[in-house]
Amino acid sequence: MRPLSRRAALALGAAGAALAFIGLGRRASAAAKEAADMIAKFTGGKTAEQGKISIELPEIAENGNTVPLSISVDGSMTSDNYVSEALVVADGNPNPGVATFQFSPLSGKAEASTRIRLATTQNIIVVARTSKGEFFTNQKLVKVTIGGCGG
Amino acid sequence: MAEKPRLKLPKEAKKGEIIEIKTLLPHIMESGQRKDKDGKPIPRKIINKFVCEFNGKAVFVASLEPAIAANPYMQFHATVEESGTFKFSWTDDDGVIITAEETITVT
Repeated sequence: MRPLSRRAALALGAAGAALAFIGLGRRASAAAKEAADMIAKFTGGKTAEQGKISIELPEIAENGNTVPLSISVDGSMTSDNYVSEALVVADGNPNPGVATFQFSPLSGKAEASTRIRLATTQNIIVVARTSKGEFFTNQKLVKVTIGGCGG
Repeated sequence: MAEKPRLKLPKEAKKGEIIEIKTLLPHIMESGQRKDKDGKPIPRKIINKFVCEFNGKAVFVASLEPAIAANPYMQFHATVEESGTFKFSWTDDDGVIITAEETITVT
């Protein structure tokens, strides 16, 4: 076979990169859809109201292997009305589920902190449920320099 | 065998006080996404559930996914109305349950 000309090699490279990009794009949107499905399952199809939740995350996570995450849901924690559950999803991970926290009136505060893995730059979405069946949501974008899902 | 969990909470508190509890369990949290050097996927092995109880009542429960980083760290709160014992448990994918306890004096 005739060796590739410089121009042809460049064109091939560009085509390859474009293909890879399309592949990534498709994967990301599939994860986002899965995340949306998880949220719909959690709320039972109800619309969650924006707000009442604060999410603490670094703006830029240099290492996706361990990213500190704190969530805090503003609400009463009395035995007849409390924040009962919070779902955390990451819409760009291979599996969007991160954690579900269940609180009780004994928790005192609907707050939790942990460390999470993030494959790429993506949104962290938190949906909280109260014992009265109300839903609240909030989300935060986190930029990830080095993904944390291994290869 | 699993290593000992680390706990951080006050030994004493006032009645009705909201205390902060920090826990960490040394664990690999193998996500199931990684491949070994022969390209074979490494099977998932994570702590999938964490439970904190006080005097037998659930305080805080977390269902965990592979997106939780290695050595799962949990920080949360508890309201204490009486002296008693906090029980913590971590459930591994392989069914092993690691437990720890800590008492608190409430005045």
